[in-house]
Amino acid sequence: MADPAETIDADRSPVEVDRVIIRFAGDSGDGMQLTGDRFTAASAVFGNDLSTLPEYPAEIRAPAGTLAGVSAFQVHISDHEITTPGDAPNVLVAMNPAALRSELKRLVDGGTVLVNTDAFTERNLEKAGYEVNPLTDGTLDHVTVYEVPMTSLTKEAVAPLGVKPRDAERSKNFFALGLISWMYTRPEGPTLTWIDQHFASKPQVAAANRAAFMAGHAFGETAELFDHPYAVRPAVRPPGTYTNITGNVALAWGLVAAGRQSGLPIFLGSYPITPASDILHELSKYKSFGIRTFQAEDEIAGIGSAIGAAFGGHLAVTTTSGPGVALKGEAMGLAVSLELPLVIVDIQRGGPSTGLPTKTEQADLFQAMYGRHGESPLPIVAAHSPAACFDAAIEAARIALKYRTPVMLLSDGYLANGSEPWRIPDVSDLPDISVEFATEPNHTDPDGNAVFWPYKRDPLTLARPWAVPGTPGLEHRIGGIEKADGTGNISYDPANHERMVHLRADKIAGIANDIPPVELTGDTDGAELLVVGWGSTWGAIDGAANRVRARGRRVAHAHLTHLNPFPPNLGEILARHDRVVVPELNLGQLSRLLRAEFLVDAHSITKVQGVPFTAGELEAAFLKELGA
Amino acid sequence: MSSTITTPQDWASDQEVRWCPGCGDYSILKAVQLLMPELGGTPANTVFISGIGCSSRFPYYLDTYGMHSIHGRAPAIATGLAVAREDLDVWVVGGDGDMLSIGGNHLIHALRRNVNLTILLFNNQIYGLTKGQYSPTSEVGKVTKSTPFGSLDHPFNPVSVALGAEASFVARTHDMDRGHMMEMFRRAREHRGAALVEIYQNCNVFNDGAFESITSRSARDDMLIPLVHGEPVRFGADKQKGVTIDGQGRAQIVNVADVGEEAILVHDESRPDPGLAFMLSRLASGPDEPTPIGVFRAVDRPDYGSQVTAQLEAATERGGPGDLDALLHSRPSWEVAPA
Ligand code: SF4
Repeated sequence: MADPAETIDADRSPVEVDRVIIRFAGDSGDGMQLTGDRFTAASAVFGNDLSTLPEYPAEIRAPAGTLAGVSAFQVHISDHEITTPGDAPNVLVAMNPAALRSELKRLVDGGTVLVNTDAFTERNLEKAGYEVNPLTDGTLDHVTVYEVPMTSLTKEAVAPLGVKPRDAERSKNFFALGLISWMYTRPEGPTLTWIDQHFASKPQVAAANRAAFMAGHAFGETAELFDHPYAVRPAVRPPGTYTNITGNVALAWGLVAAGRQSGLPIFLGSYPITPASDILHELSKYKSFGIRTFQAEDEIAGIGSAIGAAFGGHLAVTTTSGPGVALKGEAMGLAVSLELPLVIVDIQRGGPSTGLPTKTEQADLFQAMYGRHGESPLPIVAAHSPAACFDAAIEAARIALKYRTPVMLLSDGYLANGSEPWRIPDVSDLPDISVEFATEPNHTDPDGNAVFWPYKRDPLTLARPWAVPGTPGLEHRIGGIEKADGTGNISYDPANHERMVHLRADKIAGIANDIPPVELTGDTDGAELLVVGWGSTWGAIDGAANRVRARGRRVAHAHLTHLNPFPPNLGEILARHDRVVVPELNLGQLSRLLRAEFLVDAHSITKVQGVPFTAGELEAAFLKELGA
Repeated sequence: MSSTITTPQDWASDQEVRWCPGCGDYSILKAVQLLMPELGGTPANTVFISGIGCSSRFPYYLDTYGMHSIHGRAPAIATGLAVAREDLDVWVVGGDGDMLSIGGNHLIHALRRNVNLTILLFNNQIYGLTKGQYSPTSEVGKVTKSTPFGSLDHPFNPVSVALGAEASFVARTHDMDRGHMMEMFRRAREHRGAALVEIYQNCNVFNDGAFESITSRSARDDMLIPLVHGEPVRFGADKQKGVTIDGQGRAQIVNVADVGEEAILVHDESRPDPGLAFMLSRLASGPDEPTPIGVFRAVDRPDYGSQVTAQLEAATERGGPGDLDALLHSRPSWEVAPA
């Protein structure tokens, strides 16, 4: 790409670049998430491809001005397809010294820094741990710095509106947004419309934000500081209607779609937990879809209520993060034993314990796989990108309903809060996942009476019938005690228990015949290196594999959406590659599953820093694996 | 079952009942099986949900829909079912360990939300299924396998707990009086919202006779204080004793002759404030003092499930039924034309 800092154009018409990575950083109270979000929204509507990475502290209000309180939002926009929020930002917007100090190291050499000089007071410098002002001591010699007194310019701009100075300062993020929007020739319309709508009930705040935004824009245009703005053209992509969507919204919408496609009302039992709560918030809005959301007294009641609703014939869902899954463990075992459909959503975060609540990790794979007592297998589906959470939710619901089983749906903090453009599907193309309730007796007893056996299985899927209360003649009792094969009556018979354990395991294993084979991308034939990934590492792996291929090496990529059971062709793919690597944001959980299942010498590439892999990190790791 | 005329046999399952001979659970089961035909429901529309413990075997013995779930979680599971399916008649069955220890949280939240459930709490003041440890309702000093030197825990009074959670219906009965049990169960079932009935239940294996000094035929007159709506709270063979509220607002047992009939408290189960009912629940600190039985509280309060449904209906009325295509296009979007 053209490096923005090096391109000079005297007539100040925009200079085209093919992509740019911008990082907005400031104090938690500075509104950087909002600023990044708005810049993203304007870029999305403009038609760029994009990917975002919000990063914020776990504290709602960490001490102002400190390194701990820095909140950042990285957005990568491009005129071609991209899959990650980018390795190193080209532009850093630093609203205070702490933001500069914590984020500067990420910037590319020769990158651009915009600082709010008003915030570089002695006190703020001290809080950030600067002994000398970095604006004057040569710290920033390797980058291009634009010093802009954003706070005072904002105050000036909003003064005519009669806004109090303290309130005026709050609009400075809109000044920054206006300036960056000018720099990257973003259309102003979407932001101004959003301000008017969002602050409709507070006209003065709306007016102030509007004025600050316009002032930032005008500052770029009139101040002689900048040589020219840049332009990033819309990306070329398949025709259709697109919207920018985060993983949590896509997942929630996927559940709404699953409700429609199954013809069943949705029941969500959930307890608030970061980073999963947004799914509860989102689904709570859609009452006209017949969706019942229940904020339970705890995680156990979240899944408990969902099990009750599943018994009643609803498409039942519980949403949580790792600590919540741990609490739900016993109830998940009950759902395995009851053989009722249930979707358990785990938006993974850094662990163990409270861990890193706002950061991402993929370390719940073992918990999803094994986190229950006894032999209690359940299917696992994992989304690979924010938008892919939509399809993953429908797929999890499909498997749950068809096989009458709890299904674990894995996402993570990065997918949950990150966003990307999504081509809105045609509703008529969505899969039919409808199921039929039992309505008739299904067995004849020795006396010739028609009876209902709740555990008489479909010979193909091994799923048991789903007879919901209210159906006359099919009254039955289910429970967590082992049941006799067929009748479902309590049974302590050793041989029966073994048969039931095998039946439950076979049922889940058999789903392999009902899921798509894993698709190999890149060098599908004769690759030197096979990369196997799952979940949110998809974008970084894809980017890194492309770079390694650009260096003339042959790399194939298999990305797993189904982690239990594995796709039917995975063993064959592994067998025909000599070198297999598995990048994961954990200490090698998938690689160990692969080793156990396929006796393959899968090498693990791991990272547990609460942030995704960058493509650069994986590129280096792949090259090392190739001995290059 | 298409007709609503049923017999007790229609409600009994073919499963062999497996409680210890002489267990109080048998008489409770009998009372429920006899009552069900009178309530006019059908087995198909009735669901019993239990947790873990001796009493939690209950659903297996009724030919209705049922779930024998996991320890303590029955109120949570039943909440989901009752909220999802307002058409069903959902019962919760469990013991003092199940619903007041491991599941205490779920119980109080089901009560405060006023989920439409009929909750039967079998209180035998002991852990039976795990073979005799003290429970959250056991008296202080109880010597059990886990408390060889006597238990230190102050017990819960289940009726007080339920009233503290502002349950809209709270009653107490005991396993020695089928008629009274059936009456309490009927009232609880007919109540819209969360209804809790505490049943003093004898565990003849691990805590035999825990309630004998108040529930035995010879003791009842003097030791059980029947609460009857609209009537003075009086007891004793000749109704010679009664309950008054003193100047401090405390309930007291008095001789009617000493204070005069007018001074005796007239029971009003429909008081909006649960305070007085709570006072009555404090009359006895354990089942060895005169103990009130009957309906402590029965007030009208919108039940949770119908309010959930009302919100769904209101939303549908406002904007029509949900349209997935419209939802997917509800955020800012842009078109990419064919190249
Ligand atoms: S242990 Fe006690 S409560 Fe349990 S069945 Fe036996 S007598 Fe009844």
